[in-house]
Amino acid sequence: MWSLTDITGRLDQWLNQTFSSTWVLVIEMLIAGVAVIGLFAALGLVLVLMERRVAAWIQIRLGPNRVGPFGLLQSLADTLKLLVKEGMTPSGADKFLFNFAPYIAMMVAMLLMAPIAFAKNFQLWDLNIGVLYISAISSIMVISILMAGWASNNKYSLMGAMRSGAQIVSYELSAGLSVLTIVVFSGSLNVTDIINSQADGWWIFKGHLPAWISFVIFIIAVTAETNRAPFDLAEAESELTAGFHTEYSGMKFALFFLAEYINVFIVCALGAILFLGGWMPFHIGHWEAFNHVMDYVPSSIWFFGKTFFLIFLIMWFRWTFPRLRIDQLLNLEWKYLLPISMFNILLATAIAILGWHF
Amino acid sequence: MFLIKYIKEVFGAIRSLLVGMRLTGYYFTHHKEIITEQYPDNRDTLKLADRFKGEVVMPHDEKNEHRCTGCTACELACPNGTIKVVTKFDITPEGKKKKAIDKLVYHLELCTMCNLCIVACPSDAIVMAPTFEHSVFDRSALTKILNKPDSKIMEGVE
Amino acid sequence: MFEEIGTTSNGDLQINVGPQHPATHGVLHLVLTLNGETIKKVEPHLGYIHRSIEKMCESLSYRQFIYVTSRMDYLSAHMNNHACALCVEKGMQIEVPERAQVIRVIMDELTRIASHELWWGAMAMDIGAFTPFFHSFREREKINEIMEETCGARLTMNYYVPGGLMADLHPDFQKKVKEFIIQFKQRIDEYDQLVTGNIIFQNRMKGVGILSKEDAVSYGCTGPTARGSGLSSDIRKLYPYAVYGKVEFEEILETGCDSFARYMVRIREMKQSIRIIEQLIDQIPEGDFQAKTKAVLKLPKGEFYTRVETARGELGVYIVSEGATTPYRIKFRSPGFSNLSALDSMARGSKLGDLVAMMGTLDLVIPDIDR
Repeated sequence: MWSLTDITGRLDQWLNQTFSSTWVLVIEMLIAGVAVIGLFAALGLVLVLMERRVAAWIQIRLGPNRVGPFGLLQSLADTLKLLVKEGMTPSGADKFLFNFAPYIAMMVAMLLMAPIAFAKNFQLWDLNIGVLYISAISSIMVISILMAGWASNNKYSLMGAMRSGAQIVSYELSAGLSVLTIVVFSGSLNVTDIINSQADGWWIFKGHLPAWISFVIFIIAVTAETNRAPFDLAEAESELTAGFHTEYSGMKFALFFLAEYINVFIVCALGAILFLGGWMPFHIGHWEAFNHVMDYVPSSIWFFGKTFFLIFLIMWFRWTFPRLRIDQLLNLEWKYLLPISMFNILLATAIAILGWHF
Repeated sequence: MFLIKYIKEVFGAIRSLLVGMRLTGYYFTHHKEIITEQYPDNRDTLKLADRFKGEVVMPHDEKNEHRCTGCTACELACPNGTIKVVTKFDITPEGKKKKAIDKLVYHLELCTMCNLCIVACPSDAIVMAPTFEHSVFDRSALTKILNKPDSKIMEGVE
Repeated sequence: MFEEIGTTSNGDLQINVGPQHPATHGVLHLVLTLNGETIKKVEPHLGYIHRSIEKMCESLSYRQFIYVTSRMDYLSAHMNNHACALCVEKGMQIEVPERAQVIRVIMDELTRIASHELWWGAMAMDIGAFTPFFHSFREREKINEIMEETCGARLTMNYYVPGGLMADLHPDFQKKVKEFIIQFKQRIDEYDQLVTGNIIFQNRMKGVGILSKEDAVSYGCTGPTARGSGLSSDIRKLYPYAVYGKVEFEEILETGCDSFARYMVRIREMKQSIRIIEQLIDQIPEGDFQAKTKAVLKLPKGEFYTRVETARGELGVYIVSEGATTPYRIKFRSPGFSNLSALDSMARGSKLGDLVAMMGTLDLVIPDIDR
């Protein structure tokens, strides 16, 4: 069967036959870099269009339908517009930090791509602490937001940045704890191991109540971590005009915008890997006949299907709920989510020790 | 007791959120209610109400005759000075002088479509037309002369 | 008088909300003094959309000046026109035909629903929910279509003239209104599902923006803002005009004094408006739609004051006449101006996000404040 693994395997084989091992490494890294940038751009375009469509249908509108067939080229046209737009730097701004902040946001989003398994054996870097790596790198995002907010020399930006700081630091805790629940179940921080441990059923089915609770908490926490409604206090259009990116325009704004969507993709991919089995097809226990049928669907389709399902869920939240207030946001984390996830991880540990999960 | 209240609170909150999501989910999957007007595309089928106040026009019949006597009632009724009636004196076949309009100048750029001129007109010479595509590149194009060239007053209108 | 905009002497942050800001829905300018996220002072600056409507009216005749008032509170254009028409009718002692009075009440209540619809969507957008805006505009569109058919315009109708109405009803009017009522009754339940019951919304609204009954009286608040604080102020009940004395409806009073109470007043008012329309829509009497009036109206020498309940509160029209064809002086008592003045005492001590919600529940229309 055709799969991405074959292509990468053959490519690797061919390179090794043609070049010396040092050059192979260089070329492979280049290919990986180009692939990430390409995926980055493609995902940005697709997700922006998807968001606009979801929003339009929920709001009984049609959504973009003028540029290209069914409006499919709309986000391409938007990108073109942003590219040719003048990137303004306010006179009172700290020029270096102001221009540097969007690149940090983008770099973080790119780094996060590394341990994600897009299909069976198709991964940039299968490091043994993959899940921890994602948690660690994603917290760097807050630095770019704080930097942008501070360097803009604008009070709205500053308030947005400070809100974002408080928010991301708090929600990191429950996001981390809900990830830990699955780590406790699977006994590994390695992304491949976690996916392989779900070969006889995804953790959301095998893990009983703790997996469910941690799934819900994970979705809430990552929505907050990516600064999306109902937790979009860092942007809070009606309060802070555009929050931390008030002063950004043109391509620098586009980079923040893209980084947001890529982050949404990454956290949803992580959610899919942890709770829904990543690229692992839908398997029921050891019912081989059924599992075999499911294996016919390519693994990359399984992965992207699950990820986009979670992205849709997050978009659905965004277009339904009002925004929280800053103190309520922190209340929700410290009074509800954190105690519940603490209790939940105890429960999960008990279940894992007793071996009650399948 | 406290714990039961806490759990009840959490479940009540989640329920209220799910109710909202059910509604938006319904609209996401049911597109029949979409109200967007595909404006430039639906020009042929787009029909405004008959009474829509778009601009003041002076209807002429097939003999190029209108009903305006040049009484300036519309000019007096207008709150913005939108209408200016320029009169002249026609010579009737009997050799008498008769007052008639030379031009009825209408400034669309000043008009607020308040309908007062239409109400004031004693001979129903002007009406509101349901048009709305008024944009032009030059403002002077909005100053219109409502009576057509060489038009005459209808027989029997005083 | 004007301190340097920036930081106050004791280190508090001063920020300008407006005149170009997504939450002010127009050109209101608020200078906020903030301590972190907490509001210490709100200072509204007005005048960005002042068009001197009162002065303009002095040079227009009694038939002409009514159309200008549609542009004050453009969301309750019919009610503004109603107040002016009533004032001229009072001065001229014109008896308005019963048919015109009933139609005026139906139109007023339709406008009230349309206005509250827009408020509901805009307020939900203020606190971060975008979808309600489009859902409420769907229903508002139906009202606009009804208005367009009968009055010929969607927003600034200029349908009321001294002595009655400018034109008779469109033949389809009753049918369309009945269709709208049936549809609207289903939709209002959806509003509760989408926004009112939502836990985030309730937490955002309950207990913030407290305006006590005493404060509501002393700031001169009227309309839903005052009724949310339990202050009975419905002109339709207290000083009935047109046929409001003959229809059955409740004056909505909430005692919560907070943003949520003001929200609930408006939601429940929409249902009462439907109730009024239902009573009248089949009972429109036959007859003239306009009383016979002279070609040139001249108010006798004297002072005349009338008031109506607009969607925002009490609108008063005060005309001083010297017996000429134009008024000597006109003064409008607009509800938005008094309601806005309560914002400072409501907002002190609450968070920045709440200010936006409070402004939403005050239902500010800036041209109404500035005129």
